[in-house]
Order: sequence, then structure tokens, then C-alpha cells
Amino acid sequence: MAEVAAAPHLETTATGYDNRKLFMWVFLASDCMLFGSLIGTFLLYKGRSLSGPYPQDVFNIPYTSVSTFVLLMSSLTMVLALSAIQRGDHRALRVWLLATAFLGTTFLGGQAYEFTDFVHKGLTLESNLFGTTFFVLTGFHGAHVSVGVVMLLSLFILSVRGKLPQSSSLNVELVGLYWHFVDVVWIVIFTLVYLIKP
Amino acid sequence: MATIARPMPGVAERPRILDEIWSWITTVDHKRIGVLYLVTSMFFFLVGGSEALLIRLQLAKPDERLYSADTYNALFTMHGTTMIFLVVMPMGVAFFNFVVPLMIGARDVAFPRLNALSYWIYLSGAIFINIGWFTGAAPDDGWFGYANLTSLQFSPGHHQDYWFAGLQILGIASLIGAMNFMVTILNLRAPGMRLMRMPVFVWMTLVTSVLLILALPVISVALVELMFDRLFAANFFNVAKGGDPILWQHLFWLFGHPEVYIMILPAMGIVSEILPTFSRKPLFGYPVVVFSGVAIGVMSWGVWAHHMFTSGLGSTANSAFAISTMLIAVPTGVKIFNWLATVHGGDVRLKTPMYFALGFIAMFTIGGLSGVTHALVPSDWEQHQTYYIVAHFHYVLFGGAIFGLFGGIYYWFPKITGKMLSEKIGQLHFWVMMFGFNVTFGPFHMLGLDGMPRRIYTYPADRGWGFWNMVATVGAFTIALSVLIFLYNVFVSLRKEPDAGPDPWDARTLEWSIPSPPPEYNFAKVPTVQARDPLWHAKLLRRFSGARGAAAAEAIEQPAEPPGPIHMPSPSYYPLITALGLPILAAGLIYQQDNKGLIAVAAVGVLVLLLGAYGWATEPA
Repeated sequence: MAEVAAAPHLETTATGYDNRKLFMWVFLASDCMLFGSLIGTFLLYKGRSLSGPYPQDVFNIPYTSVSTFVLLMSSLTMVLALSAIQRGDHRALRVWLLATAFLGTTFLGGQAYEFTDFVHKGLTLESNLFGTTFFVLTGFHGAHVSVGVVMLLSLFILSVRGKLPQSSSLNVELVGLYWHFVDVVWIVIFTLVYLIKP
Repeated sequence: MATIARPMPGVAERPRILDEIWSWITTVDHKRIGVLYLVTSMFFFLVGGSEALLIRLQLAKPDERLYSADTYNALFTMHGTTMIFLVVMPMGVAFFNFVVPLMIGARDVAFPRLNALSYWIYLSGAIFINIGWFTGAAPDDGWFGYANLTSLQFSPGHHQDYWFAGLQILGIASLIGAMNFMVTILNLRAPGMRLMRMPVFVWMTLVTSVLLILALPVISVALVELMFDRLFAANFFNVAKGGDPILWQHLFWLFGHPEVYIMILPAMGIVSEILPTFSRKPLFGYPVVVFSGVAIGVMSWGVWAHHMFTSGLGSTANSAFAISTMLIAVPTGVKIFNWLATVHGGDVRLKTPMYFALGFIAMFTIGGLSGVTHALVPSDWEQHQTYYIVAHFHYVLFGGAIFGLFGGIYYWFPKITGKMLSEKIGQLHFWVMMFGFNVTFGPFHMLGLDGMPRRIYTYPADRGWGFWNMVATVGAFTIALSVLIFLYNVFVSLRKEPDAGPDPWDARTLEWSIPSPPPEYNFAKVPTVQARDPLWHAKLLRRFSGARGAAAAEAIEQPAEPPGPIHMPSPSYYPLITALGLPILAAGLIYQQDNKGLIAVAAVGVLVLLLGAYGWATEPA
């Protein structure tokens, strides 16, 4: 278990949590409010578009369910990556980091395909309230996933260059926290946007 | 000037002014960052004040035509925006920065470079939001930018672009700072500094930080939605496609109401430090004062629609928010009574910080009383959009927050500089400001109840509003005089020899146990805290508790020199570089409306951000 680094003059932090871990939790609380506001906007405007396309005209629930499953599995591989570095298995760490990044990228690819499909069916940012709220909400989520993929690949590169020892497992844990958060947000979005009918 | 060709023993190279400037640009020391925030926010206080004086000149007489109505709109928009985002909030942060690590016995904040980043982002956002003055496109839709007035249809040109982008940048600065302070307060407290032993100012910083962390994303989303409407033809507030402008109001005020508590809680914390020190009595009801601060923070989320009583929400919603608004007055009232009880029976010393703290209590109470009248929906329907509201928020924000912050300046100036501000000039500053403030904003109550609307460029002579408007304008210039007196005080006091010593006020908290100004490492030896008001506790132990007391007092008292070498975080220029990426990105986003090719500027902004972050992550500690 890595040491809890506070500041050089302190033996340990007053809460027992590493500064960076506490910071990540605080950041995620903030991010909750961000997505909460975007989701709130979406829910307020749900069913109030004056013209189409409407959700039932464009959604392909089986397709998006597969995408959701892919992202969910990426959380599993993330946990496996963390477990690997915590027991010092660097080969496994790299495999699972790459797997997580790959699954995340697959999810993003699925989103890109879905968005293009929707645009071809006439749903754009400008078309109606549904288009505006859908693309901004899922777009922000996609941006978060992209940042997560960049962080995962950064960890992978650090590990390959020998700069991610077992004692630095906190770094993987921090990216993991972020990644799981992004996944949970997707569960909420998938439920409220795709699954729940007005 | 001569430079030394070869180093000679006992002779050092003369420090150059560029080295001094570079040390400020690359500093990661919370004390220096605090000074940067204080000086910058004081500068913008003068900017916002000048905007106010121009407003008052235009309104002094009926049917005045000093400048155009469009300019007037820009003036009141920027006056509000400047005072809220560029003055009151950053001045509070100045004190968070300088004082909080010292009060909890820490050597710096949890993330020093992030702290510097917050400042540079604040500075770049402050400049960005004011660019419009120089391009003829200053924001002019009010500091609260209601949709869909702010849409491209009704606000063409770049005015509102500067507004939403500047605010977004400023929001990031505050957000990062709040997260930094929250981790600092929770994690970096010295041994024995339990939460219920922390100074009230630290508690208020914690509550304010939590409010910022949770409220800023909401306005961020509102600004993003506005940006998407303006730049990419989205429909968030597009009535033709079913968009609802009331959504903007909900999102804005969901942020906006916690925001006013974000502005007042630091000042309340400062008052909670000044009153006990200058009454020579511990704060009355410390746990209750702390709890009230937390309660205000929690309850601030439940009152936002009292800014929307005339928006047609319906009587059920209006009644619910009226009740919650009346309830939130309770914890504030509790604090006032605890402050009064602190002073009562104390050995009161009337020094300038104490004047401002007592002035805060009086002025904030007046502002609070008018606030309670707004809570009642029928009376608010008469007061809304009138000068009565303007009176209320100036009493709480100027008579409250600004007075509290000036109290903090007079209180901690000796710690920051090692020099006392002149007591005589300080008291003159206080009385002239107190007088000018009441002469300016007192009449606004009457004007408002007499029906004078807000945000009007002029008014006809037959309304009978001319007299009090002229009085208010005279008051405004009196305030300006008092600010000049204050600046003069700073000027002459800085030129003195250091005369403060570590503890000029015989104070209670840890920052007074170290030299003035503090050494870079703050504490030569990390104190071990045994009680609330740890410094008074140590002084009393040493005086009255014999050998055992002396031994216990030593846990707080500081040796002249640190026992061993202390490594402090190294300076860095990456916070500045990273911060510069944001305005470049914003400029690219805004100007690509005029010329699609300028999206490249946005890409450059992102690149600067990434390069800054990369350099930051890879530089040695």
C-alpha cells in the first residue's frame, strides 16, 4: 500500500487520504454538478420539441446497449489494471490499461457512428430542443471519456518507460476513480435519455 | 549598472528589478499569491468604483445626457460584474491564500502550483472580460445576462461573447482554488488542530470552498448553453424552437444565490476573528457560529427562486421559496447575536479593524432587514426592479463584505508587511467611508419605494427623484474620497521602517506566532495545537501555569531559526503558461464567428494548455 503523502512537514494527512486522492473526489463532486445541470436541462426539455426528429425516430436501443456494455466492461478492466499494479504485476497492468483504453475508444467510435447516423436522419444541434440537449449532454460526456483515454494511454506510456513503479499505484487509482465516474454518468445518461420514455 | 565579473567572498551581486519581477511571476508561495490577489482585486475595485462614479454622474440630475444609453448599459453591467467577480470574490481569496495556511499551521497549500494557476487564470479572465471597453463592445446585458436578451438575435456583436467567455475563465480560477483550499484545510492541519479548534475564518473558507465547488459548475453549464446558442445555433434559449428563457434564470440563480453567500462568508469569518481579538474575549458560542456558517451554506441551495418571484412561477413555488428565504435569515441572525455577545463585557479596544468589524455588523443588519422584506412575495413584487433592491444588496455587499474585507486588510497588513497602517488615517478612512456609504445607499431605499426602476439611463424631472439622486451622487464621491484616504494610508505606511513585530494585536491564532512578514517556510517548527485560540492558550499557559504551562506553551512558540533545512516547493513558470491558453482559446472561439480561419487560434490555445500541463507534470519538484 502506497504511503500517504501529505506535505513534507507532516507525518500524514489529517484525514488519512492522500492529497491527490481527496482532490480527485472533490473534483468529481464538482463534475457531478456539471452533469447534473446538463441532465436537468435535458429532462426539462424532454418531450417539448416543437418538431422532429424525435427520440423514437432516431434511437437504436440495442445498438446503444452494446456501447453501454462496452463501457461497463472497461470499468472491469480498469479495476484489473489497478489490482495488477498493486501487486506489482507490470505486464498485467499494461495489458489491462490498454484494454481499458481500447474499450473506451470503441465506445467513442460507437458514439461517433451514432451521432453521424442521427445527423443523417436530420437530428442536429440546431434542429430542435432534443437535438440541442442530446448532443451537448452526450458530447460533454464523450469529451470526458476522451480525456480519460488520454490519461490511460499516458499511464501506459509511463509504465512502458519504467516510470510507473508499484509505489506509484495511486496514479492508477486516481485515473480509475475518474474512469468509473465517467462510466456511472453514462449509466445515468443511458437510463434517462435512451431508456425512459416520456 | 555594474555587474561583478568574478564572485568575491563577502560581496553579492546587486539584485535586479527583472529578477524581482520574475520571482513574482514564477512564485508558488501562498503568501505572495495572496498579495497578488489583494493588489489586483484592489485595482479592479478602483475600476469598478470609477464605473460607479460615471453611473452616479449620469443619474445625479433628471434628463441628463452625459453619454449614450448603450454606454450606460455597459457601465452598470461591468460595474456589477467587476465588483462581484473581480473584487469581492478575489479579495476573499487573497485572505484565504495568505491567512489560512498560517492559521492551520501549514507551510503552504496542498497544491502550490495549482494555487498560482488560479491567480493567473483570474488575471487573464479579468483582462479578457474588460477587452470590450477597448473594442467598443463592452458587455451590456447586465451582470446576470438574462436570456434571451443575450441571444445573437437581440445582442449582436461581441459584447456578450466577452461576457460569457470571461466569466467562464474566471469560474475555472475560482473552482480550482476552491478545490485546493478544501484539500488544504482537510489535510494539512498541524497536529492537534482538530476541526472544532480551527479559527472561524478557516471554517468559513471551507464552507465557501464547498459552495464554489458545487455552484460554479451550474453557471458554467448556463454559460456553455448560452455559448452554444450564440456560436453554434443551438436552441437552449431559442423561443421559436420551444426554448425557455426561464431555464437561464433557474440555472443562473441556482449558482447566484450560493454565490452571494460565497461573497459574504469570508467577510463574516474575518469579523469572527477581529471581534474576539479586540474584545479580548473568546468568540461567544464558537460551535454555534461554526454550525450557523455550515447551515447557511446548506440552506443557500434552497432559496434561489426568490430572485424570480416576478417570473410567473406560480403561487406554490413562490410561497415555498418565501418560507425558505425567511428561514435562512435565522442562522445569520444567530451569528449577529453571537458577535454582539462576544463584544459585550469585553475589554474593547477600538482600533481600525474593530471599527470595520462593528461597522459590518451594523450595515449588514440593515441590509439583512431589507432582505427580509424581499422574502415576502407581495412586498417583493413592489420592490423588484427598483432601487430598493439596489439598496439591499449594496448594504450587504459593500456595508457587509467590503467593510469586512477592509477590516481584514487593517488587521493582517502588519503580518503581511511588518508595518502597521496608520491608526489615525485608518479611522479617518473608516468614518468618511461609513458616512459616504450611507449617504449613497440610504436614499436608494426611498427612491425604490418611490418607484424608481433599476437600470434606467435617465429619469424625467417631474418624478421628484432628483433630490435623493443628487444626494447619492455626493455620497458616491465621498466614498471615492475615503478610498483615496485608504490608498494614502497604504502609501505612507509602506514607506515606514518595520514597526509591527510578530504580534501587534496580542492576538489568538497561529499566524501571530511567527515573524512579520513571515519567512518563506512559515513555521520554523510545526506547532502542536492543544486548544482553540491556540496562541492565547499558549500565552496564558506561559504566564499562569508554571513549569508545566511553559512546557506546553513551547509546543506553539516558534524558535528563531528552523532546526534543520526545510525544502519548499520550487518556483515555476508553467502555471502562467498554462493560464495563457484559456484566453487564447476563448478568443479563437469568439472570433471564428467573424472569420472561420480564426478557429486556428482556438487550436493554439488548446496547444498552449497542453504544453503548459505537460511541462508542469514533468518538471522536477
